[in-house]
Amino acid sequence: MGQLVIHHDQVTDPAALVATCPFGALEVQDGRVTVNAACKLCRVCVKRAKNGEITYIEEQTPAIDLTEWQGIAVCAEQNGGQLHPVTFELIGRGRQLADKAGQSLSCVLMGQGLDAAVAELRHYPIDSLFVYDHPALRDFRMEPYTATLADFVTARRPAVLLAGGTPLGRQLAPRVAARFRTGLTADCTVLDIGPDGELVQIRPAFGGNIMAQIATTRHRPQMATVRYKVMQACPRAATPLGGQVIPCALPKEGLLSGVTVLASEPKPPVRYLEEADIIVAAGQGVKTKEDLALVRALADALGGELAASRPLIEAGWVSPRRQIGLSGRTVRPRLIITCGISGAVQFTAGMDSADHIIAINADKRAPIFRVAHEGIVGDLYEIIPALLAGLKDKRRNA
Amino acid sequence: MNILVCLKQVPDTDRVAVDPVTGSLKREGAGTKMNPYDLYALEAALQLRAQCGGRVSVLTMGPPQAAEVIREAYAMGADEGMLLTDRAFAGADVLATAYTLSQGVALAGDYDLILCGKQTTDGDTAQVGPEMSEFLGLPCVAQVSRIVPDPSGGTLTLSADMGDRVLTLRVQTPCLLCVDGGANVPRLPSYLKKKATADKPIRTLGKADLPDQSEQVYGSAGSPTGVRRIFTPEHHTEHRLHEGGSAALAQLVADKLTEWKVL
Repeated sequence: MGQLVIHHDQVTDPAALVATCPFGALEVQDGRVTVNAACKLCRVCVKRAKNGEITYIEEQTPAIDLTEWQGIAVCAEQNGGQLHPVTFELIGRGRQLADKAGQSLSCVLMGQGLDAAVAELRHYPIDSLFVYDHPALRDFRMEPYTATLADFVTARRPAVLLAGGTPLGRQLAPRVAARFRTGLTADCTVLDIGPDGELVQIRPAFGGNIMAQIATTRHRPQMATVRYKVMQACPRAATPLGGQVIPCALPKEGLLSGVTVLASEPKPPVRYLEEADIIVAAGQGVKTKEDLALVRALADALGGELAASRPLIEAGWVSPRRQIGLSGRTVRPRLIITCGISGAVQFTAGMDSADHIIAINADKRAPIFRVAHEGIVGDLYEIIPALLAGLKDKRRNA
Repeated sequence: MNILVCLKQVPDTDRVAVDPVTGSLKREGAGTKMNPYDLYALEAALQLRAQCGGRVSVLTMGPPQAAEVIREAYAMGADEGMLLTDRAFAGADVLATAYTLSQGVALAGDYDLILCGKQTTDGDTAQVGPEMSEFLGLPCVAQVSRIVPDPSGGTLTLSADMGDRVLTLRVQTPCLLCVDGGANVPRLPSYLKKKATADKPIRTLGKADLPDQSEQVYGSAGSPTGVRRIFTPEHHTEHRLHEGGSAALAQLVADKLTEWKVL
């Protein structure tokens, strides 16, 4: 991207200029204001420095010929021939982007024993499906999968490449992005395409209650990952559609890896938070680990699952498997009740598409109340017991 | 076994917000801490050292004050620390950061293993580790919950969490692993070690020290992504706020649950 230029002759008050940066990235060195490695190029300083002390120069020359890169591509994900449902969500959004840009939608599928997955994908509106079916791709290993996806990118030159923000996609996509030295935006919550073909990528950023729109201007493909359950799944057509299926050979490099898979075992059958219909989530308003029992009791009474925000996971009170948020899971339950959660965007990005949201929190200014449909300002230590007693009465009378 | 652990200094608050009036970023307090996920990587390295011997080095990139996380790593038991800091690194996105760190790795001496945290709490991308592995040409496994050195040497046996399944893997060294949160219980910094390492040197390097001298690979120039704009999330649906006595509020919740057919 571009860079910041400091016009030293315009600087009358270096300390005031330094103070414009929220990240401490401006400092005075030998009497001159300079930018240090903490800079995130958010350009707040440009906006705040009223006398034009700092300007931003966009880099002009494209790194590559952008016109050679066309079309939207989606990386399908499967395990043992079973497609991961995020695939249908990526196809849904990818199709919309392709239609808006007047471009084609391709899909790349990697693995071993893919006939059933290919047959299933034909029910979705993909123009071309590229299939790499090879024993070397049976289990996910980063190097063979990278070589294979890179083979597809080199051959087809898509302008946009989307992958699932899954345990697999979050490893594969960055390695491929580094190979092409292109940009990758993780966990996008909004994707759109501009008239010039620029992918509009929006995600929570800077570890706070802020969204950022990210662009990859001079590199291709423009890569993004999207969490499962963030986008709408594409409807399945009753009969196979007319898309092309193109079998591809594994690139030679795909056979090379420093990793051998000794075993692949399904995780013990825990109920995944993502599948829960009802979730009761605890946050820092819960004062001790023992008090979690109260929140758990509410979850049990409603037939739901217990979840938590990041601080309780970091404290070791709750298993990371039950964490909601960008560093945990994205959920879309029918009902979520948050108890003592203030609602940083890192958390709410993982739950704000729930059908019904009730928040119980003592601080009426907490950001969670901008997300909750029913905000309950009060003490969870009083409200939950009263609610539990009410539920018990109701059951007795029923 | 010589192990290199990559660390990042992150804000210790998530109270970063956009000022609704001026539209600019404001951050309450300027406190920082070591990225919590890096603690698991550092702990894994210290445990492996206890088991196999060798050296634990830590590497970070950031402004000069990022040296604090190296001091913290020293207080936990790290042997050596390296800080990459230079104005030329300003504005680095994930790719430029990963590239700069991989350049630093080239100067960090012999290593058998590079460990990164799962992700940072300020960027939350989980991308730097895999991108570094590409630049270094190393095998890479993420979401690693268990690392066991094989008796014959030269390989490690790992458990990697793939969400719905756990892979048991054998990986050749040198390699790069991203350690899962919760993989172990990180030790607390020791006061005695902190005192003993107060004067321990930190190797500080800038762009001029790195093998790649191109201007185009560092900082903003080496960053394919850029921020177009920042804004506060919008909320469209109706949000009602209820205050009052706890009993009345509990009744209100129960009524809503009935209305939504949860009960």
